[in-house]
Amino acid sequence: MNHLLSIAELDRSGIERIVTQAARFAEVSDREIKKVPALRGRMVLNLFYEASTRTRSSFELAAKRLSADVVNFAASGSSVEKGESLKDTVLTLSAHKPDAIVLRTPWAGAAELVGRWCSAAIVNAGDGQHEHPTQALLDVYTLRERLGGLDGASIWIVGDVAHSRVARSNIIAFQLMGAKVTLAGPPTLIPRGIEELGCEVRYTLDELDGADVVYALRMQRERMSEMWVPSLREYASWYQINGRRLSPRQLLMHPGPVNRGVELSGDVVDSPQALITAQVEAGVVVRMAVLYELLAGTREPGSTPGRSKITGTAALSGGRLA
Amino acid sequence: MMAARALVHGPQQPAELLFRDVHVLDPREPIDARHDVRIRGGEIAELAPPETLERLEAEELVEGQGRLRLLPAFFDPHVHLRTPGQEHKEDLETGTRAAAAGGYGAVLAMPNTDPVLDSAPLLRSLRDAAAREARVSVGFLAAITRGLAGEQLTEMAELAQEGALGFTDDGRPVESAGMLLKALQYQRLCGGVLALHEEDPTLSRGGSMHEGALSAALGIRGIPTVAESTMVARDAALAGYESGRVHFQHLSCTASVEAVADAKARGWRVSAEVTPHHLLLTEQDVRGLDTRMKMHPPLARETDRQALIAGLRDGTIDCVATDHAPHARDEKEVPFERAPMGTTGLETAFAALHTGLVLGGVLELGLLVERMTAGAGLFELPIARITPGVGANLALVDLDAEWVAGEHGWESRSENCCFAGRRLTGRVLMTVAAGGIAYRERACSVVAA
Repeated sequence: MNHLLSIAELDRSGIERIVTQAARFAEVSDREIKKVPALRGRMVLNLFYEASTRTRSSFELAAKRLSADVVNFAASGSSVEKGESLKDTVLTLSAHKPDAIVLRTPWAGAAELVGRWCSAAIVNAGDGQHEHPTQALLDVYTLRERLGGLDGASIWIVGDVAHSRVARSNIIAFQLMGAKVTLAGPPTLIPRGIEELGCEVRYTLDELDGADVVYALRMQRERMSEMWVPSLREYASWYQINGRRLSPRQLLMHPGPVNRGVELSGDVVDSPQALITAQVEAGVVVRMAVLYELLAGTREPGSTPGRSKITGTAALSGGRLA
Repeated sequence: MMAARALVHGPQQPAELLFRDVHVLDPREPIDARHDVRIRGGEIAELAPPETLERLEAEELVEGQGRLRLLPAFFDPHVHLRTPGQEHKEDLETGTRAAAAGGYGAVLAMPNTDPVLDSAPLLRSLRDAAAREARVSVGFLAAITRGLAGEQLTEMAELAQEGALGFTDDGRPVESAGMLLKALQYQRLCGGVLALHEEDPTLSRGGSMHEGALSAALGIRGIPTVAESTMVARDAALAGYESGRVHFQHLSCTASVEAVADAKARGWRVSAEVTPHHLLLTEQDVRGLDTRMKMHPPLARETDRQALIAGLRDGTIDCVATDHAPHARDEKEVPFERAPMGTTGLETAFAALHTGLVLGGVLELGLLVERMTAGAGLFELPIARITPGVGANLALVDLDAEWVAGEHGWESRSENCCFAGRRLTGRVLMTVAAGGIAYRERACSVVAA
């Protein structure tokens, strides 16, 4: 595999290899000079068809800490608004010969499609409501740092599962790592058939105290217009994670950005149980590990970068993620 | 009402042909035996025991060697020829060439063109164009509502007089029950079948594939099967109430087949069609998000596929229709959720169904041929027959020939075929439509006059 398109393409050892690599990079973040020359001379293109601040900047930071050159291409204000197709945009940008394209689009499967059109390594930074694999990797990393491992852990993913690419990647990743996953949310936002991924489904939080980790999803205000839920007020009263529902031994996660007062109450966001900031920190090191695996093979960080064997398909297949 | 209800086709030379020792199969005669068949002046002149007819001068000779099958040419009540307005996808000439290559002698074109076929002058100009360009016979269905907008009826009587063979808003449902009831009432004046694309948009909106475990896993908005089946049941009841005649297009799920069976049991005047792709593929074929697998209605579960096959066998579903829906390459080379709905089907329908159902032991060849020709009768048109004295509408096929769909390109202007790349068994070698040779496969050995 030359790309990171989906968590479903990885196995447990592939996930472990990436988060272990990420742990090595975490040391870099604590240095005075937060940079290694591993990807010097390599080019990473951030191609974003959706507004994203944290994911894009996290990838940008990760690439820069590896000394790669970064080009950001946002679809708004670009040729895309003039009607250029995804394929034409990708072919045009490919003329600059990026080594990796980090792609965020509102369409499922778009990352895989782009992978067929160009020779760069593709990192899926979110394809519609399908997957967001680096989010799942950073969440596994965060939990492993805190718990040591996920084996046997009970993780509840709460909220708008239907529209969440984070949920889909995390259901797969958490289960691969040995956790038991329960989905909870209003029936309108739990897609029919999702339990076939191996998780359980609950429509109330009555049994939430059995969870070791509560992973709350963002409740987007635009869902109101299509009447997925009757009101945010009622949603919050049934599904908000707050001090009353969250017990002190449970960990709280959220992919951000948080709607305070909707899916999370302010007090739990600021509590020591919340790993939300740790997740953001993990984002950079995990994305460093992903870019490093794809572009530099399995060599140690800090070794001589960017020469000889890391060009061409041979080097890319040496950088297999699975 | 007297209407100019004829199919039209382009200029063609009446065929002079001798099929020597071909295995003739016409389920309606019924014939299932080796014969010599003479075509003179575009008509079936003679059937005789094999190797008994001598080739006349000016006749082409086709040697069947007792092996090649001569079938009545197929009839497709549901194709999109994209003319006018979308000729970059298909036109009357390329679309009917694709039909001929698939063994079809006649097709009915859908009115969801640009502009929509909703007025008599446009229908007249299309029929004139077909009389110049069409390789096989073409009939036109006109829109039920103006611009397919669902708000005003078209001038159905005038359209019928101009030659509309029926009415449909295909591509869209007639969302308003009240509107459909008025169309059914008007049908008493103008005749013509109302062909219905059944979909409740409040259930299907935003969906790109069948709603189920796979759509949940892929994060793609699903279309529940009840979006179709509830509308089939509703419109069957409306047809029953008005004693009207409706035809349900491209059924895709168990519940719809049950709704049609129920309507037929009540004596309501309904008929139904099913596509080769719904008979052969399921949502599992969508897993790779190949946009050629994106169609309306979406490919459903294996249990639905089995119900459709059973419905086609027992006659609940009357005929096969391809819903041939060409789209340009760049329109389909986009992310799945952005891609237009539809697959081409004319060139692969017989071979795919022969491979999947006949060789799969699920459907007898005779029954497949019956269902691939029956559509004409549903629209009050003569069904192709192999009997002396009728115009020749024939498909010569080699049931043993293996080929890979699309390997030598397509006759259609578009290549978005869901069966592309699949190895199929059974190949159309020659098609005679309205008495003229409409298609001849390159490898088809013909002894010229």
